[in-house]
Amino acid sequence: MSTHSRWEAVIGLEIHAQLATKSKIFSGAATTFGAEPNAQACAVDLGLPGVLPVLNAEAVHMAALFGLAIDAEVALESTFDRKNYFYPDLPKGYQISQLAQPIVNGGQVVITLGEGEAAEQKTVRVTRAHLEEDAGKSLHEVFAGMTGIDLNRAGTPLIEIVSEPDMRSAVEAVAYARKVHAIVQYLGICDGNMQEGSFRVDANVSVRPKGQISLGTRTEVKNVNSFRFLERAILFEIERQIELIEDGGTVQQQTRLYDPDKDETRMMRTKEAADDYRYFPDPDLLPVVIEPATLAIWRDSLPELPDAKARRYQSEYGLTPYDAAVLTSSKETAAYFEQTLAALADRLPDQVADAKLCANWVTGAIAAQLNKTGLAIGDSPVTAPSLALLLVRIVDNTLSNKLAREVFEAMWAGEGEPDAIIDARGLKQITDSSAIEALVDAILAENPDKVAEYRSGKDKLFGFFVGQAMKAAGGKANPQQLNEILQARLGPPGEQA
Amino acid sequence: MSLNANQLKHVAHLSRIAIDEAQVPAMLQDLNAILAFAEQLQDPRLDKLMPMAHPLDQTQPLRPDRVTERDERVVLQAGAPAVAQGLFLVPQVIES
Repeated sequence: MSTHSRWEAVIGLEIHAQLATKSKIFSGAATTFGAEPNAQACAVDLGLPGVLPVLNAEAVHMAALFGLAIDAEVALESTFDRKNYFYPDLPKGYQISQLAQPIVNGGQVVITLGEGEAAEQKTVRVTRAHLEEDAGKSLHEVFAGMTGIDLNRAGTPLIEIVSEPDMRSAVEAVAYARKVHAIVQYLGICDGNMQEGSFRVDANVSVRPKGQISLGTRTEVKNVNSFRFLERAILFEIERQIELIEDGGTVQQQTRLYDPDKDETRMMRTKEAADDYRYFPDPDLLPVVIEPATLAIWRDSLPELPDAKARRYQSEYGLTPYDAAVLTSSKETAAYFEQTLAALADRLPDQVADAKLCANWVTGAIAAQLNKTGLAIGDSPVTAPSLALLLVRIVDNTLSNKLAREVFEAMWAGEGEPDAIIDARGLKQITDSSAIEALVDAILAENPDKVAEYRSGKDKLFGFFVGQAMKAAGGKANPQQLNEILQARLGPPGEQA
Repeated sequence: MSLNANQLKHVAHLSRIAIDEAQVPAMLQDLNAILAFAEQLQDPRLDKLMPMAHPLDQTQPLRPDRVTERDERVVLQAGAPAVAQGLFLVPQVIES
């Protein structure tokens, strides 16, 4: 938005997270993804006459866990309402949701922005999170003139997590969505699979002149199934609204679909009077009551969540806030780091395992390769125990960092475990002082003029000698020893020998 | 409270009920009579009472998270007007 510095974006997100229950929220049908169409849609899910919903205890438990995790008020009494609209993938003609008394009220999510030393934290407020049932799926493109309806997804439990409009950029919105994604996965209440639609994000986007208090007219952007698309969709929408206003137009309140192929949003429907859901309390469902004692037990059962884990990584391992935030950004990354550290400690029982070294490799080499290949850390060809074997060889001085990089790349390419690669490629670092001394002496003898220049004050030549010696050593000399020996042989620059 | 003809048509549309223009006056009269009857509910003083979500003084029973339903697609689709490849077929509803 650099070209539009007078404008400020205001963003709020609505996140639908499918709860990882075995059965549906109001029926005993299975929720497994990928089943044959309508093989997991029972009479309740089809809205056949005479059926009644019976609430799944685990859905209530999972929604409450989310509330506890974000420090929200979990309602001891919540109620269900009917949201009425007609669409073929909603066979009852209404969605059972929670309007008046949702199960989760308030709460907050802390996001980390920026990188390294410049990283800072921001708190995004959560308005509410409520339980509801998912709708089925419509297939518009398979049959000419007809729409196919698959009701397997109908009745899958969801929590809809509604944020306050606290975000001011696409980057902040993505950081918030990623953090919520991490929290539900740490809790084990959602598998977080965005491609399969288990975690869906809608963005409410508006712009206003900087300094203005009142909000501009917002649009709702739907159909983003990855964090990358979320960022691009919001960026596009901000630019579109600013250009529209600067050209003398006004933003219409509407729902827009993001098209990743064209990288643009386009109008899906105008809101105005179209959304008239005529909510009313569902007479088929009684108030849901959670006993305070039950809630206390659930609170005690919470796993270590990202923020607490990040604080522990800082205090226990001395990691920077940024490294701690990156390592805890997903349950899998944290697990990988902890497994690497534990394996390193196993291999070197007589010393404190170097957590900083582990952190550097997980956030550095591993993250870079995952980024490049698009793999998840759980699918990394270099497993945590293998990485630990490599780190052992750095700690015991077999490998310099540079050689370790080479071994790592071979490991990534599937060439085997570090020791086998070191042997096969002859990468063992030269740490024998007399061998390095011999190398250094040979280089100095070959370059008497350079030695003289160095001694007359041209201290930049030190790098030249290091380079020559390292080249002669095939890159395998221990860099620290090489420096020390060169310094001893050459003496301080500017001093005639 | 009473409805006018436009509000009646709006509610009919939301409910997907087709009504003839000729039916509107009679239907308005009926609905407004019902609304006037229901308006008696405005009379009692309720300001000191908690809103009631349900007339039964009970709480929602919960069921354990177990899969109890089998695949009965064949039976459940027997009454559907059109079915193909396991899907229910309906007139195309895609929005332009």
